[in-house]
Amino acid sequence: MAESNVKVLGTWASPFVMRVKIALHLKSVRYEDVEEDLLAPKSELLLKSNPVYKKIPVFFHAHNPICESLIILQYIDEVWTTSASSILPSDPYERSQSRFWAAYVDDKFFPALRRLLIGATEEDKKAALAEVVEGTVVLEGAFGELSKGKAFFGGDNIGFVDIALGSLLGWIEVIGKQCETKLVSEAKTPRLVQWADCFSAHEAVKDVLPDVDKLADFGLKLRAKILKALAPTN
Amino acid sequence: MAKSDAEVKVLGTWASPFVMRVRIALNIKSVAYEFLQERLWEGKSELLLKSNPVHRKVPVLIHGDDTICESLIIVQYIDEVWPSAPILPSDPHERATARFWAAYLDDKWFPSLRAIGMAEGEDSRKAAIGQVEEGLMLLEEAFGKCSQGQAFFGKDQIGYLDITFGCFLGWLRVTEKMSGIKLLNEINTPALLKWANRFCNDAAVKDVMPETEKLSEFAKMLRGRVRATPTS
Repeated sequence: MAESNVKVLGTWASPFVMRVKIALHLKSVRYEDVEEDLLAPKSELLLKSNPVYKKIPVFFHAHNPICESLIILQYIDEVWTTSASSILPSDPYERSQSRFWAAYVDDKFFPALRRLLIGATEEDKKAALAEVVEGTVVLEGAFGELSKGKAFFGGDNIGFVDIALGSLLGWIEVIGKQCETKLVSEAKTPRLVQWADCFSAHEAVKDVLPDVDKLADFGLKLRAKILKALAPTN
Repeated sequence: MAKSDAEVKVLGTWASPFVMRVRIALNIKSVAYEFLQERLWEGKSELLLKSNPVHRKVPVLIHGDDTICESLIIVQYIDEVWPSAPILPSDPHERATARFWAAYLDDKWFPSLRAIGMAEGEDSRKAAIGQVEEGLMLLEEAFGKCSQGQAFFGKDQIGYLDITFGCFLGWLRVTEKMSGIKLLNEINTPALLKWANRFCNDAAVKDVMPETEKLSEFAKMLRGRVRATPTS
């Protein structure tokens, strides 16, 4: 299905952009991919279409920009409705659970992961690592509750929470290598380990997974850029 | 028994804007509920710790055997279980816009409002006030676009964004009182100023919006306790 006026402004390295692409793949919606260079100054298009946050992804549908990845996901789910590829469940209580855990990923888990990546001191990194590992254990529990014995948080097919957490797998691997620890480990989170493999192999996911070495290299450059911006100036 | 007939309880406190959102949503849907008040100075209750083990925060909605946490998630749940008198708009683009500004209010605007009260030093205070005022200008513009000339963000009735923002009005007024600055005013935010009065007088809101005086006293008490708490 060729959809005119569907565009994604983003970057190959961003997990938030990846979420949007996975959702579009699930719905078989074709789109134009516009790449923003995260290491260069922000583009006109970005500043104009997301003046409040100036961040990617920005999703364009019929020239209207929509920002914030989880909001974009819900928009996509509501516009392209085929029950076969529903991203959120249909039951209100299950929907609330999916929203709760996706919010947990963004509000608690991801910030800890980010602190682990850019941690300037050993102490910072140690604290962040403890938080990240604790987060994975909590998410292992959530997986048990939501999946009900099936392969994904969304049950038989990938859903809202799978996309929210799964999009971070590349960075989880890169940051883990940096710390010389498996952040999602067999010992503490065996179900998540299995889930990660299933998610990464999924039709709608495998072509947007970033190459881990390329991401690691990018991670170093991004960390340097962030630390430079945070450094006190005389 | 239909799910929508099961017993509804709200675990919360009278001062919390987040709890207020849930109560307003239930009022809009004419759903009766039991309000279980957390006694803040006695530590978190068993029920709270059991029903929200991840965040240990109010509000919590208990509906039959299910518990739902996080105010905006609860409001959407309520909207979906009781579909009459809709809270979110029906158009996907309008829904995305409402969600965007609701997230902005929670993630950026309210923290900057709180920062005014906690600012140490005149420079920090001025910076925090500047941020809040900038945010209000953005929201004034958003109001124009969302309301399309009608009374509320939700057009002719209060909706998702009205509830999200409106519940912060109590704390906004306390901040105005304590700082001596009219953050919502005729010059910068004329439309929001009028909207605020309409919101507070709405039937679904009136009885759950705390009086500014009472909230002000509570804020002073909170500040006293925070300052008294020794930090190692």
